[in-house]
Amino acid sequence: MSDRRRETRFRRGYDDLGLRRALSDRILPLLVAAMAFLAALAAAGAVAASSLALHWQEGAGASLTVQVPRPDEFAESGGTRMDAALAVLRDTPGIAAAQPLTQAQLRDLLKPWLGSQAALPALPLPGVVAVRLASAGADLQEAANRLSAAAPGSLLEAHEVWRNRLSALARSLQACAFVALLVVGSVAVAVIAIATRAGLSARREAIEIVHLLGATDGYIARRFAARATRLAGTGGLIGAVAALPVLLGLAVLSAPFAGWADPDHIALGQALPPALWATLPSLPLAAAVIGWLTAQTTVRRWLRRLP
Amino acid sequence: MIVLRDSGARMVRLQGVGLHYGRAGDAGPEVLRDLTFTIEEGGFRWLLGPSGAGKTSLLRLLYLAERPTRGTLEILGTEIGGLKRDGLPRLRRRIGVVFQDFRLLAHLTAFDNVALPLRLAGRPEGQVRADVTEILEWVGLGRKTDARPAQLSGGEQQRVAISRAVVVRPALLLADEPTGNLDEAQAERLMQLLWELNRLGTSMVIATHNDGLVSRHPADCLQLEHGRLVI
Repeated sequence: MSDRRRETRFRRGYDDLGLRRALSDRILPLLVAAMAFLAALAAAGAVAASSLALHWQEGAGASLTVQVPRPDEFAESGGTRMDAALAVLRDTPGIAAAQPLTQAQLRDLLKPWLGSQAALPALPLPGVVAVRLASAGADLQEAANRLSAAAPGSLLEAHEVWRNRLSALARSLQACAFVALLVVGSVAVAVIAIATRAGLSARREAIEIVHLLGATDGYIARRFAARATRLAGTGGLIGAVAALPVLLGLAVLSAPFAGWADPDHIALGQALPPALWATLPSLPLAAAVIGWLTAQTTVRRWLRRLP
Repeated sequence: MIVLRDSGARMVRLQGVGLHYGRAGDAGPEVLRDLTFTIEEGGFRWLLGPSGAGKTSLLRLLYLAERPTRGTLEILGTEIGGLKRDGLPRLRRRIGVVFQDFRLLAHLTAFDNVALPLRLAGRPEGQVRADVTEILEWVGLGRKTDARPAQLSGGEQQRVAISRAVVVRPALLLADEPTGNLDEAQAERLMQLLWELNRLGTSMVIATHNDGLVSRHPADCLQLEHGRLVI
């Protein structure tokens, strides 16, 4: 059996360095729990921002909408203003399809703002045409001019500009969330390092004795790291569990915008994006890893002062 | 137990050893100067001298709590000057030390204190239990194995400290005033144990002020004065 394995094989609960009191099981887990809670919120922000960005990119990429006010009135060309607008659009090179939205589709589109029960016919709604571009290079300015002539007052909304702006916003939000995660991680490292150093000072005499009796640096560092790992992991678990109801609450609040059919009856498993479900259990793991690494490094560096 | 020992090997060898405390460059006065002596395997030395002569400093060198600032120090056949830091623990585990202030771990029982070096050496728990129980019986603490140091008298703590030093059957045993808190009968009993260990091959350096003990157990002496060896 290797030295290392023989050294670590002990009776359960044997605490030769007295670390149970030196590394308190109250403050450290509590601080790490707070970090994990903040990390969960930051991760939720990152996931939300990235899914929004993806959504916008998929939905708004090669498409644009055209609004035709008073679609049912007659145009100069003879047909309705909607017919005239469709004719212009379908005639424009680079446009693959131009499809007017039905009343039902229009209702869906407006639901987030007006509610599902809104009496649409009472409002003077414009006709909306969804246009799919065959290529990004279509001459939209030319199309806009011809639209104004055929059905005056029509608006051509290119999504490209908005998509770019929203993507930039989403990317910035994501970057902020990652910075927040980084800061939270660094603070966790600092907190664990400070706690470990306090533990080293409190147990200086015991450490010196064990050192003189032939304990290796690795042995002493492992004793500390085991304790720090357990405490940080516990803290991470508490923080993740505490963050879960908050995230679920946010998910329910954002449900109407995420396209859920019935926000009141959502399966728990679908309430949060899979990326977030993966993140939550990884918080205690990450906390434990940070605890182990920080304690190992801090203790080994401190032990260099002993001969 | 397997004890690695080259027969006739030198357990301790000092050649022109000097020691001063303080950082390199900021040389304080030397507490030990020009020490040159050898202790062969199974050798026994009384370490004598007035307080402040450097007895504790010399013992600190021998149990590898300090490295010499000058000269050559060889412990258990290993030259310490050329040894990296991570090579020291293995040597320390073969050296038993009785500290003057005992240095027991206050939160551990007498049993766990004595078991510490065995566990550090990775002995199986069954052997730990047998060895610790035996040695504690022998020093007369068989009924106090679960007591913490604070619950023991000075003499009892000293016997725990001695038990911890000898339980690994060290190749080299160093003791700083090991009879300081013992009455005459206990001191004699301890000397019998030490002679027995010495007869089995453990080399020893025992620092003491107890002249009576030295005269009853005559052996070679290392006499220190002002950091120098006078005998």
